[in-house]
Amino acid sequence: MADKKKTDEVSGVETTGHSWDGIEELNNPLPRWWLWTLYMTIIWGIGYTIAYPAWPMVSGATQGLLGWSTRANVVRSIEEHEALNAGLVSQLVAVDMDALSDDTDLLRYAVARGSSVFKANCSQCHGSGAAGAKGYPNLLDNDWLWGGSLSEIAYSVRHGIRNDTDTDARFSQMPAFGEILEDADIDALVEQVLALSGQDHDQAAAARGAVLFEENCAACHGETGTGDRAQGAPNLADEIWLYGADRETLKTTISMARFGVMPAWGQRLNEPDIRAVAAFVHGLGGGENPAGLDPN
Amino acid sequence: MDYIKLSVLGLIALFAAIGANWAHDLAYQVHALLILVIALALFVWVLRNTDEPGSVVDPSTGYFDGVVRAGVIATAFWGLAGFLVGTFIAFQLAFPALNFDWGQPFTNFGRLRPLHTSAVIFAFGGNALISTSFYVVQRTSGARLFGGSAAWFVFWGYQLFIVLAATGYLLGATQSKEYAEPEWYVDIWLTIVWVTYLIVFLGTIFKRREKHIYVANWFYLSFIITVAMLHLINNLSIPVSIWGSKSVQVFSGVQDAMTQWWYGHNAVGFFLTAGFLGMMYYFVPKQAERPIYSYKLSIIHFWALIFLYIWAGPHHLHYTALPDWASTLGMVFSIILWMPSWGGMINGLMTLQGAWDKLRTDPIMRMFVLSLGFYGMSTFEGPMMSIRAVNSLSHYTDWTIGHVHSGALGWNGMITFACLYFLTPRLWGRDKMHSMSAISWHFWLATIGIVLYASSMWVTGIMEGLMWREVDDQGFLVNSFADTVAAKFPMYVVRGMGGVLYLSGAIIMCWNMWMTIRGAKPVTASLPHATAAE
Repeated sequence: MADKKKTDEVSGVETTGHSWDGIEELNNPLPRWWLWTLYMTIIWGIGYTIAYPAWPMVSGATQGLLGWSTRANVVRSIEEHEALNAGLVSQLVAVDMDALSDDTDLLRYAVARGSSVFKANCSQCHGSGAAGAKGYPNLLDNDWLWGGSLSEIAYSVRHGIRNDTDTDARFSQMPAFGEILEDADIDALVEQVLALSGQDHDQAAAARGAVLFEENCAACHGETGTGDRAQGAPNLADEIWLYGADRETLKTTISMARFGVMPAWGQRLNEPDIRAVAAFVHGLGGGENPAGLDPN
Repeated sequence: MDYIKLSVLGLIALFAAIGANWAHDLAYQVHALLILVIALALFVWVLRNTDEPGSVVDPSTGYFDGVVRAGVIATAFWGLAGFLVGTFIAFQLAFPALNFDWGQPFTNFGRLRPLHTSAVIFAFGGNALISTSFYVVQRTSGARLFGGSAAWFVFWGYQLFIVLAATGYLLGATQSKEYAEPEWYVDIWLTIVWVTYLIVFLGTIFKRREKHIYVANWFYLSFIITVAMLHLINNLSIPVSIWGSKSVQVFSGVQDAMTQWWYGHNAVGFFLTAGFLGMMYYFVPKQAERPIYSYKLSIIHFWALIFLYIWAGPHHLHYTALPDWASTLGMVFSIILWMPSWGGMINGLMTLQGAWDKLRTDPIMRMFVLSLGFYGMSTFEGPMMSIRAVNSLSHYTDWTIGHVHSGALGWNGMITFACLYFLTPRLWGRDKMHSMSAISWHFWLATIGIVLYASSMWVTGIMEGLMWREVDDQGFLVNSFADTVAAKFPMYVVRGMGGVLYLSGAIIMCWNMWMTIRGAKPVTASLPHATAAE
């Protein structure tokens, strides 16, 4: 504990006279540039807090002279883009959906907008990649239950499927054959459905099932099981299955029927959003042109 | 005294046994069993040593250095563990297949990441702070540690905290607050340990034989007190059950977010800045053998630093639900904080006035100087990133990760390595480290590692920030998130390589420490053996 001030030989600066475990301190002043930079940041800070919202008061905080606000900035930015795209929006609302593909610029806008709409509203059921899930159709393939043209997709989006909020909703209802047919008959039908879709099956049972299919199913699903979009009857002769194609699942489907519901998005989304999301879904891979031909 | 200890240990063992039986979740059960085993072992140990005379004083120096020796070993050990996990998770990000199926869910990135951050900040950094503060406060106060073997309780209690926290993460117990992940019972335990630490430290200062309190001790004390306050308030939570690890936070929504980042930012400010400045203020003048540059500067920048840091937290929440006014204040205080932070760098670097030649010959001095350089760089980068306009680009990107690591690897890591090289020969009574050229190797490996790390993260951070905000002429985002992940891949590999270099340097250091401690003893010293850390 030395309390004698002495002068440091190297720097010629006086020490404070303290020493701890041999460590001394020089009595250098604060570096000028350091001090002035500190002052400047403080002055800048005072100015900045006057210009921008900063100091909390009893109720609310000072709003700042510039009237700056993150919320207002977001609103303005959205308005700017809406103004920028106003022309495209009015075209989109007016265009004949099936002719949308002809206008490249408009289509690009619609698909980009539809992508955002899809992520926020559709991905919960159909998946963020639109590949669907059990009971929720895959939108990437070209198998359409109700039609895959732009206008047909837009109709499905607008009115939904089997909901009870929109009288124009797409509607079909398969009977629960468990209440109509014997258990053995349903097993035979299952074999016939397996046969139609080219899977392994019991030939004898399928032959018996073919008769039952003719009597009970062909009216909607067609004699060869290729389905009928007008009635929303799925194609049973392909490899795409909404609920599954194993014996157990097929038996459940035939016995109890299925009743998948989609909301009427016309009651939630605005017109350009509906058209945009239809354009997005159409562009995912399986979109058809109005005549049902290959769009290419 | 021993009888009280025995009954307390017995009660703890009983409670832990009940807890292990009634546990609602795996983490709690494992922890209860762990505590049961430790309590029983301590019970037997205390019983066998009852009424035996004990001594904690180092005969050669008169100081209580056993706990410092243990702390030095623990620092090196946890550093190695933390760097290893860090390097592994860096490669997990580059190559997701390293989230091995057989290790799920224990070794996925989500669980290993807090293990890494806690291991390096709290285990490596915390042990460095505790052990150096015990060393420094004794020397600069001319007094032995206060509280007898309480310092041993602090050391082992803190190691238990680390083990509980780390195993908890792997077993899925977390309260999901960054840098405050441990659940309620671990928080309570840390509080007990930390208050004991404060008592030991403060008690030593009270019984000092020097008239004034040395500046290093101001920094250490502000670190201990503030961390206690931050820890208590950010961990206010109510356990769902006393027999389970889950708890519910008292604050919710944006209040919780603000409390969390008030805590998170000041964990950086008081743990990684103020505490480590305490180390700097003792070891840099010691190694340079020069007086501190400016007493005035040390006072002014100390008070400015601790006053300003505490307000800067909201800059972590720009453009969120946090009100604009709070965000402005966070940014303004962060920018005013620039010079007070730099005060420490200036005082450290200028202390080398008249000793700059040591940089050529002394790799330890070089480490100190490099750490101060990185300190200066990250305390400039921090205020810059707190500016709202900059933050709108940098936030949520790898730039933040790069910033944190240039501070953590460069400043905290380097200064800790230098202190370990300073302390090891002195604590074990050796002339110097086993190999000085190994220290040079460590210096260069670590330096190149940091450069690779920081530069790759700057590139990916700015790149992904620009990709995220890129919109087409119709106002739609151009890139998906996955696009940015794919674009970052090469830089992720570079970052991993940086980690490998940094880890290699630390391995060399551990070998060097081992050889120094195990090497030939000078004839004069016969020192009690340190307890190895677990």
